[in-house]
Amino acid sequence: MKLNLKIISLVALLAIVASGVLFFRGAVSQEVMKAIALIATIAWFIATPMWMGREQSSSQSEA
Amino acid sequence: MSEETSNSGGEFEREPVPDNALLGSGKFWGMYAGEHAAGTEFMIGPLFLAAGASLQDLILGLLLGNILAVLTWRYLVTPIAIGKRLTLYYQLERIAGGSLVKFYNLINGLLFCFLAGAMITVSASAVGIPFGINYEVPAETFGLGAPSFTMLVVLVGVVIAAVAAGGYSTVARFANIAAPWMIIIFAACGIVSLAQMGATSWPAISEGKFWSDAIEFVQAKDGAQEFGFWKIVVFAWLCNGAMHFGMADLSIFRFAKSPASGWAPSIGMFLGHYMAWIAAGLLLAAQIKLSQDTTANPGALAWGALGWTGILCVVIAGWTTANPTIYRAGLAFQGVFTKSSRIAMTLVAGTIATIAGAFPNLSAQLLGFVGTYGTVLGPMGAVIFVDYWLMKRFGLQDEYAQENGSSINVAVLVAWLLPVIVGLYLIFWQGIFAAYAVIPCWVACGVIYLALSKALQRPTSNA
Repeated sequence: MKLNLKIISLVALLAIVASGVLFFRGAVSQEVMKAIALIATIAWFIATPMWMGREQSSSQSEA
Repeated sequence: MSEETSNSGGEFEREPVPDNALLGSGKFWGMYAGEHAAGTEFMIGPLFLAAGASLQDLILGLLLGNILAVLTWRYLVTPIAIGKRLTLYYQLERIAGGSLVKFYNLINGLLFCFLAGAMITVSASAVGIPFGINYEVPAETFGLGAPSFTMLVVLVGVVIAAVAAGGYSTVARFANIAAPWMIIIFAACGIVSLAQMGATSWPAISEGKFWSDAIEFVQAKDGAQEFGFWKIVVFAWLCNGAMHFGMADLSIFRFAKSPASGWAPSIGMFLGHYMAWIAAGLLLAAQIKLSQDTTANPGALAWGALGWTGILCVVIAGWTTANPTIYRAGLAFQGVFTKSSRIAMTLVAGTIATIAGAFPNLSAQLLGFVGTYGTVLGPMGAVIFVDYWLMKRFGLQDEYAQENGSSINVAVLVAWLLPVIVGLYLIFWQGIFAAYAVIPCWVACGVIYLALSKALQRPTSNA
């Protein structure tokens, strides 16, 4: 489960970069690029809190 | 750039960090990656362009300046942090005395508030976009923006202060989650901006006409300015002067298992203070190309490139920077007014930050502010440096206030204030670039501290 969530997070980040690169190369319009970035952002903020920090919370100190 | 490294509460505040609490390098790399991709980067990047920095100078100057900053963290801060394993504040208390540290805390807290104020301005600039509330920088330093923008700043400030007063851990966790996403958003902003300017081939990018055209336009409108190679180097090196030359990050690296952790700031420098600054500068260049608007409004810049995602990034970047800064300013004030509650002091800090945030020109002068910040707080790092490396070699007592039982070490007080007063005079009355004052003040402080200690120290009972 945790691995799947991490993969979703990674894919979300890659999608944001990819949308920018596709726009850069003229493959998609700016509106499509913005939509991909927003969907990927929503995916990141749903998936990432379910794994990031939970594994660290017991051991994390000030640093 | 961020101020999350200073006055945090936590463990081992008045004792060396024990071996079983030491942390591997990975923790530090993760922390610095997040802390230096912050809301301030949205302001600083465009300010370089507005100040007339050429793209070549920016790329090379930031490279050299950031390398120098990393080396300073690694070879100035880390050895002392690992040697003592104490917080900056406790080390200073042992050297300078409790009352002097309270004074230092007060100054530190006030400077934190102004930094947080800039972040509130940044967040408000983004929140205002969907509501058509414009961020405009008035001519006067203490001039207010439009009434609707001022109201928005107050609203954002109240929310941020209330959340900070409620506690730190939730915000810190959210900031950690948002950090990798923010770094990617900065990169995407840069890529999209290049495309918006038609710089989609290597020859077009390397020619850099999109940048020089933007500078030409800004300078034709706002008058000629210069921001050359060495100015960029010094700024990139010293914009976090309080953290490395000022030794604030002793509080962080005291947990380091190995000196190699001292390389960790490099990830923050090269993602946040290199890639993100250049990307944010490209946002302004693209805005100028598309709409001939030279206003460095972070919200509008991000909206123009990435739409709602950009707005979200500016709001989150500003909020996650302002929140811990206000929290730590509250802690600093509480260290001064010990009978007050942390919540009350956090709200006081939030109020000061909100008032500062209502003056858009303060955030527009961020390049100067961070230099001033380093000039004021940086020299205390020289006191720690001299005390750790030189006092015994010169036959003097280190940690003199602790040994002597005094609450103010006069040698530290004079050594700190004298160069800082001269530095502030040069910055505000002679107009020198603030970051230029950091190292001279640091060196002068160290030399004066050593000389005055030689003149003033009396034998202590433990000597």
